[in-house]
Amino acid sequence: MKISKDEVEKIAHLARLEINDLQKKKMAGQLSNILQYIDKLKDADVEGIKLSSGAAFMNNVLRDDKLQASPGPVVTLANAPERDEDFYTVPRVVK
Amino acid sequence: MEYHELTIDNAVKLLLKHEISSFDLASALLDRIEKHDEKIGSFITVDKDLVMEQAKKADKDIAKKNTSALTGVPIALKDILCTRGMKTTCASRILENFIPQYDGTVVKKLKGNGAIIIGKTNLDEFAMGSSTENSAFKITANPWNTLYVPGGSSGGSAAAVAAQFCCGALGTDTGGSIRQPASHCGVVGLKPTYGRVSRFGLVSYGSSLDQIGPITKNVKDAALLLNVISGNDKMDSTSAKVDVPDFTKAFDKFEKGSLKGMTAGVPKEYLSVDGIDPEVEKVFNNAKKIFKDLGVKIKEISLPHTDYVVAAYYIIAPCEASSNLARFDGVKYGLREKSSDDIIDMYKKTKSKGFGPEVQRRILIGTYALSAGYYDAYYGRASKVRTLIMEDFSKAFETCDFILTPVAPAPAFKIGENIDDPLTMYLTDIFTLSANMAGIPGISIPGGYSSKGLPIGIQMMAQRFDEMSLLRAGFGFETTIQLGKKFPDL
Repeated sequence: MKISKDEVEKIAHLARLEINDLQKKKMAGQLSNILQYIDKLKDADVEGIKLSSGAAFMNNVLRDDKLQASPGPVVTLANAPERDEDFYTVPRVVK
Repeated sequence: MEYHELTIDNAVKLLLKHEISSFDLASALLDRIEKHDEKIGSFITVDKDLVMEQAKKADKDIAKKNTSALTGVPIALKDILCTRGMKTTCASRILENFIPQYDGTVVKKLKGNGAIIIGKTNLDEFAMGSSTENSAFKITANPWNTLYVPGGSSGGSAAAVAAQFCCGALGTDTGGSIRQPASHCGVVGLKPTYGRVSRFGLVSYGSSLDQIGPITKNVKDAALLLNVISGNDKMDSTSAKVDVPDFTKAFDKFEKGSLKGMTAGVPKEYLSVDGIDPEVEKVFNNAKKIFKDLGVKIKEISLPHTDYVVAAYYIIAPCEASSNLARFDGVKYGLREKSSDDIIDMYKKTKSKGFGPEVQRRILIGTYALSAGYYDAYYGRASKVRTLIMEDFSKAFETCDFILTPVAPAPAFKIGENIDDPLTMYLTDIFTLSANMAGIPGISIPGGYSSKGLPIGIQMMAQRFDEMSLLRAGFGFETTIQLGKKFPDL
């Protein structure tokens, strides 16, 4: 699969990345190269094979529905780059 | 014996016998780091005062006979493991000043067992890479030859153990990131079974693949660390509810002939891989001979889907990464690019400034593969291939106790040699990725040297939760092979 510069821009937007024109061209080349290699997966015979999402035991892990102390805002917000007392603040969301 | 030469096993014994103090041991290692780490670059953070404080406390505990498995022993941690009150950067600009409010489970267990955290080691950013060149902060050099990479992504931990800056270290392994740097640095690296060790407090990269494990000077030390870090944890629902044996029992009553009756499988597909270095083949053939001499039966086996492993992995891991790394959005922690007037722009500026090129590349691959219309062709297909890879291993283990392979197709390469060619770098992971895909344990043990004097390891893989077989066979191999010099001069 070949990836164009425009597609890189589209994926970058979905991933919330900002890529300048020069990088876009380089990235398109590198991604195309990687995806062309990955195309070999098309040769694998997966007819009727189930999908594995991992090697963990597939059992539910439940705990008793008991109240537990929360770390509280002092701990939770300790690393907030910007905050207003007990709230995270962000730039404008609605235009 | 000098302080820096101590293994975990030796250090524990001497500390308990009051022949050395933790204070002297830790001071000697800090001096060594100060003197030599400028040229190796294995550490991102070393807090000397904190180290000495821990050492003094350990000495008091020893005096009071209030000791645990690792009391007073300095251990290094890959800087992707959360340490309360101590920077945890993942070698990324986006977490450059991140100070966790909690200890990861393995960190808690190490501290609870008296270990001293001597420092946080360098890595490929978010553990994405095979050379530690993707760190945002520094290059780590191979202690055997500083022109060469130490491997990655746990290159800082492997280099710190090889340079004898610590008694042992923890790394993490998503596709070989413990075993490959251990091989390149001439030390032992063990990736436990998926679920053996809690991942709570390990910053996630590929959650279905990630596992924390020891990087040590010898096999026995790997067992000692594994004893401490293993076990079910309610904070990680993928950690397995299985018994944790005393892994040092693997060495009980060990003598020549102890491995008789074991069978080692050698996958025929691995030796026909393109570009396998003749020096790696030589070390591998010598390993086969050693196991044969130890009474192990060598048997050719087949892992028919080997040719798809790299392709399937480099879909699954980036898909998981693109999802996991979405959390670094400049809101809750880490970097925020402040010159934005709306939130989408803030996300974009923050991520683009905070993530390095390899991380961005993997996020883009993962986002692409998971985007509308491509899911079945990429993630779906790769996950089905993963099933086939798992089945290959299940079948193979019906006829052998462990699988013997090289760790990497070639010894360490020169710093800078592959940096602009990501695909070539990915292809070097061919022998290690399968263990993560199948969730099985794997160990890398020093097996010899290249003509340039760079270490070359051998890999063994076993069935899920059978780390015992790896440790036992590995111990037999390690005590038989004549390696000559075990650690580099700095």
